Amino acid sequence: MAATDTAPAAVPAPSTADPVRATRWSESRALSPLLLVAMLLLWEALIHLFDVPAIVVPTPSAVAVAMWEGIASGLFWPHFLVTLWEIIAGFGIGSVVGIALGVLIGLSPLMERLVYPYVVAFQTLPKVAIAPIIVIWFGYGISSKIIITATIAFFPLLANTIVGLRSAPREQVEMLEACTANRWQIFRMIRLPQALPYIFVGLDVAVVLSVIGAIVGEFVGAKAGLGYLILQKNFSFDMAGVFAILIILSLIGVGLHLLVVAIQRRVLFWSEAHANSVTGA
Amino acid sequence: MTAPLSIQAGASVPAPSRPGEALVRIEALEKIYSTRDRGNIHALSDIHLDVAPGEFLTIVGPSGCGKSTLLKILAGILKKTSGQVRVANAELYGPNRDLGVVFQAPVLLPWKSVIDNVLVPAKVQKLDMGQARTRARELLEMVGLSGFQDRYPGELSGGMQQRVGICRALIHKPKFLLMDEPFGALDAMTREQMNLELMRIWKEQEATILLVTHSISEAVFLADRVVVMSPRPGRIAEIMPVDLPRPRNLEMFNTPVFGKHVGAIRRHFQSEGGID
Ligand SMILES: Nc1ncnc2c1ncn2[C@@H]1O[C@H](COP(=O)(O)OP(=O)(O)O)[C@@H](O)[C@H]1O
Ligand SMILES: [Mg+2]
Repeated sequence: MAATDTAPAAVPAPSTADPVRATRWSESRALSPLLLVAMLLLWEALIHLFDVPAIVVPTPSAVAVAMWEGIASGLFWPHFLVTLWEIIAGFGIGSVVGIALGVLIGLSPLMERLVYPYVVAFQTLPKVAIAPIIVIWFGYGISSKIIITATIAFFPLLANTIVGLRSAPREQVEMLEACTANRWQIFRMIRLPQALPYIFVGLDVAVVLSVIGAIVGEFVGAKAGLGYLILQKNFSFDMAGVFAILIILSLIGVGLHLLVVAIQRRVLFWSEAHANSVTGA
Repeated sequence: MTAPLSIQAGASVPAPSRPGEALVRIEALEKIYSTRDRGNIHALSDIHLDVAPGEFLTIVGPSGCGKSTLLKILAGILKKTSGQVRVANAELYGPNRDLGVVFQAPVLLPWKSVIDNVLVPAKVQKLDMGQARTRARELLEMVGLSGFQDRYPGELSGGMQQRVGICRALIHKPKFLLMDEPFGALDAMTREQMNLELMRIWKEQEATILLVTHSISEAVFLADRVVVMSPRPGRIAEIMPVDLPRPRNLEMFNTPVFGKHVGAIRRHFQSEGGID
């Protein structure tokens, strides 16, 4: 049988090295998808069993069909692009403004006393409540959604940047001072790198909030986007379609989160512990 | 050790005009920390000390007697409460380009590689980076870390990190070295090796060194004079000149003169209950 083996004999199969661990590993990997499949089957079965109307809860198979139709017909695509752009642009603008203001406040006690109370006051406003005003001011197009998203993404970055800039150990600052470093050098060589773990936590929180921001904006008033599409499907009692879009939205959120985590891993290779930072949602 | 680094004159320490004149003059120095939870802590009291240019001074004393505090004040990174500190005939106002400091903890930046950590003072002082890099490699080789220059501090043992901190303090060829228990984390063998290297550098660069240690024998072995401190509040109990010839070698540890010095210093601490 060795003659017909496709694998070169010189390379031992990795699984033979530790068969016990290999089976455990594959088991743990398969467990989560298995649970999902079980849940979906149960869901499907319960709906058929109790004869739940499709306009209340759709069956998983109906959702899958709606997803396929939405993608294949090209209906979802332009709306997907609009919402993705709103999320990314709003997230980008909110993050940049949050970090910039955070640096200003984090480095200047005067700025903190002057500006920070107003920032906190603004943060206590529910962004959902000011979304209609922003839509009236900036119209039904994309720009109002970007602004709403930015106002939501902004605060986690502001709060984490401020805390992060102050997290630099005193010994490190003293070490640099002893080499005759000036304030700018201390900022660039110690305070900013020390703030990065906090800033990344802020980015991770903000990216998930940005999805909410864009959808809220579209709910208030829009001409396109996945949130807009959800409302339309709702009005036409297409529950399966609504669920399909919800799945797409959650995939966008998970994807962006994974992207942030991947960048974080590369940039913060030196930071062994996750920073205990502020998750200001 | 060959290519000389150009130390740019900022507020550099000039060579003394008259021989015998003190490089550092400390008079009636007091330091009181005010803390929220523990009230006022009298860390240094009535410190008088002259350090001659080119002198090797070691400081021993029980932990908490203000050794690190004294070094930080001399480094210009901690404000004194009262008294006078003059360096090269000028009132001390802050850190100095001709100063090298080894801190009690290594204080490395975890996101910088070993060699980039060593280069931090050169970067801050905008020295010629090509020359500094060459010197950094030489220093790392001297402390036995040549294979580690591209590693990160997290991958190094405590003793290795400490040696990186020592290289960093030496990168800009400072004339004045403040070292706070620099060899504390090293094993006995490495420690003796580092003592010899340090004395070589001291001679070569005609540096002035203030070194804190908790090893009485190390203090005697290295020093021209040993400053013995006592706690609560931290003051100088005795300044003991060491009558051992230079250059020194490891055999001197076993001489009667050496033993006599160690015994005399130890007697100071017997009533206090030991050091560190
Ligand atoms: N930043 C600080 N704030 C308050 N008290 C301090 C501070 N640094 C040191 N002390 C106190 O001052 C005293 C001397 O400390 P230190 O100079 O570190 O002693 P040593 O280096 O000799 O062990 C100790 O009692 C210590 O608790
Ligand atoms: Mg100390």
